[in-house]
Amino acid sequence: MKALILVGGYGTRLRPLTLTVPKPLVEFCNKPILLHQVENLAKAGVDHVILAVSYMSEVLEREMRLQEQRLGIRISLSHEQEPLGTAGPLALARELLTDNDEPFFVLNSDVICDFPFEDMLKFHTHHGKEGSIVVTKVEEPSKYGVVVYEGETGRIHRFVEKPQVFVSNKINAGMYIFSPSMLNRIQLRPTSIEKEIFPIMAKEGHLYAMELQGFWMDIGQPKDFLTGMSMYLQSVRVQNPEKLCTGPGFLGNVLVDPTAVIGENCTIGPNVTLGAGVVLEDGVRIKRCTVLKGARIRSHSWLESCIVGWSSSVGQWVRMENVTVLGEDVIVNDELYLNGANVLPHKSISESVPEPRIIM
Amino acid sequence: MLKAVILIGGPQKGTRFRPLSFEVPKPLFPVAGVPMLQHHIEACAKVPGMKEIILIGFYQPNDALSRYLSSAQQEFKILVRYLQEFAPLGTGGGLYHFRDQILSGGPSAFFLMNADVCSEFPLLEMLRFHRDHGDVHCAVVLATTANRKQSLNYGCIVESQKTHEVLHFVEKPATFVSDIINCGIYLFTPEIFTHIGMVFQRNQEEKRNCVYLGDQLWSRQRAEVIHLEQDVFTSLAGQQQLYVYKTQGFWSQIKSAGSAIYASRLYLNQYLQTHPERLVSSQEGGCTVNGNVFIHPTALIDPTAVVSVLLGPNVSIGKGVCIGAGVRVRESIILHGASLQDHCCVLNSIVGWDSTIGKWARVEGTPSDPNPNDPFAKINSETLFRDGGLTPSITILGCNVNIPSEVIIRNSIVLPHKDLSRSFKNQIIL
Repeated sequence: MKALILVGGYGTRLRPLTLTVPKPLVEFCNKPILLHQVENLAKAGVDHVILAVSYMSEVLEREMRLQEQRLGIRISLSHEQEPLGTAGPLALARELLTDNDEPFFVLNSDVICDFPFEDMLKFHTHHGKEGSIVVTKVEEPSKYGVVVYEGETGRIHRFVEKPQVFVSNKINAGMYIFSPSMLNRIQLRPTSIEKEIFPIMAKEGHLYAMELQGFWMDIGQPKDFLTGMSMYLQSVRVQNPEKLCTGPGFLGNVLVDPTAVIGENCTIGPNVTLGAGVVLEDGVRIKRCTVLKGARIRSHSWLESCIVGWSSSVGQWVRMENVTVLGEDVIVNDELYLNGANVLPHKSISESVPEPRIIM
Repeated sequence: MLKAVILIGGPQKGTRFRPLSFEVPKPLFPVAGVPMLQHHIEACAKVPGMKEIILIGFYQPNDALSRYLSSAQQEFKILVRYLQEFAPLGTGGGLYHFRDQILSGGPSAFFLMNADVCSEFPLLEMLRFHRDHGDVHCAVVLATTANRKQSLNYGCIVESQKTHEVLHFVEKPATFVSDIINCGIYLFTPEIFTHIGMVFQRNQEEKRNCVYLGDQLWSRQRAEVIHLEQDVFTSLAGQQQLYVYKTQGFWSQIKSAGSAIYASRLYLNQYLQTHPERLVSSQEGGCTVNGNVFIHPTALIDPTAVVSVLLGPNVSIGKGVCIGAGVRVRESIILHGASLQDHCCVLNSIVGWDSTIGKWARVEGTPSDPNPNDPFAKINSETLFRDGGLTPSITILGCNVNIPSEVIIRNSIVLPHKDLSRSFKNQIIL
């Protein structure tokens, strides 16, 4: 089977991290975002993954070749030279997607959840129509596009973009499975799948909704990245608790790379991920944070809701909170206070940032 | 023989020092580890021939004040008395009212100082200057240099370069007069009372006249109120009675809590010469020390993790304070009985008596220090509010305030006996 992952462009919403590393390779809970999806696809029987990119990255190409070897599947890159919207990339990859009659998956690259690929295939085969969309229940549906569908069969009636009154609390989760004939509907030009393709398919009765069980998050921006991390770690707690760290000094769900070093009298968690080679010195208190590879948090500092970029160094007695994001190789001097600071790579911070702002 | 008079004010004065002044009269507030007044008293006790120190103010005699006076007498082996004004009488009124007591025993001269100044107290130099200039005048005013803009906040002195006579004196002028400002420290001969007496008589006259005219303003203010600067010095200037001695030594007013931290820094620095035993060095006690730090001998630092504690520069730790592992304190005053728990961080703040700061909490203020690049800059007396918000200044925790773990208290003032439950920034918490 095949899968197309819509990777897109520069990943600007996840800057400053994506200034250094292409978004699919940013580590989410100690594994590149893309790999969470690709590994699960491989497990569900996909033997060819196509990455639809609008910005070509050597780093990404190199990494994908490595993963091909490791997972024993084929990974191709489909590069759109001009913006093709959310449906266009499918037309671009038509050849690769239609070399047999099997349905193919399409995923939005920012999605994290308990991937239900086997269930999707069953559901799609059962109703026999051209398309299936995974939907998920959210608390604030008016921020998204909602899906109105028949509860019994899953047949989709219509979509409503950012409704002002309550219509439905199910939104498009960014995961689809299509029959190859569906590609006939898409031309090779900038096309929005939600606005132009889906409404027609729904009217013709060719679009069905499958409700996702369990957690779901779009981790394309730092705030949601951290929320998604907390949800994912909770899922790890349920399915593979041995992967998490427990013991004195650890609270809630904490994921620690085996090469990380933790000092004395630290209190870590809940919801913390420490990457490879990360060092936490004595007396550090850290919660709801991701610390990327090689970063160092010096003694007595206090961090909540932060992302610390690769090889960064946070000084002693620093306080960081409110979705402060440090890019790669950032140095924060001792005793500073960072509140919602967004710091670009290779920057040295020598003054407190008491109110949220971007540090270039 | 010599005497010294220290004006200590009263509860209606010093409101800029709230909430700290709720617990203790401002003159007793610890600066560089000892009560503010002690720096004055120590300087006076060092002057040969000094026989008595008289405090004048309108505080009701309370425990703190009486206890301090008796301990000061014992320690410095000098007579220390408190004379309470029956009402606030201004910087000259109390002096005049108690003139007989001040002149009893026949002192040849006496110093007058305000309690809320921080100074090197060059008293011997003032005496020498006084004698060198022939003893015929009745007052020497200690002065220092300010920058042009800030001089408007003080008493301004125009000096004769040749004779050092005060030619002109204006209190807080609206336009620039001189960058030489009055320090609030004087040396008087008994003749000063003649001049103050004339002002007193004149005030009585005016009051009598105004009562007939039913003048509201005058009937409210007592006739006995005399302002030394406005009423006496302005008229004495240019009469060969008033002389000015300029000092290069440090000087600052202590009006707000922020200026107490700045004054601490000045005095702690002076300890290097005058009281090196009051400063802590890194080798001793075990905790790591930057710059000048005062730690009261009864303060306790977690013995299992002393090295992880970093104090200074400019830190005073009071009696019985407890400090946990990994604590950081910088540019702050920690008052008696306070408790700083593991890993907390205190910057540019005053932590009140018996307060507690929880683990990993951050208590931080904004320094109000004078511009270090301007040698004549003085500390600003900012208003409490500016542009509709609280002016960023040092954080003050009143007595018995409890800060929970892991929160941040920034640029805020917390009134006494308050238990906080979350973070606060730029607020007054009642």
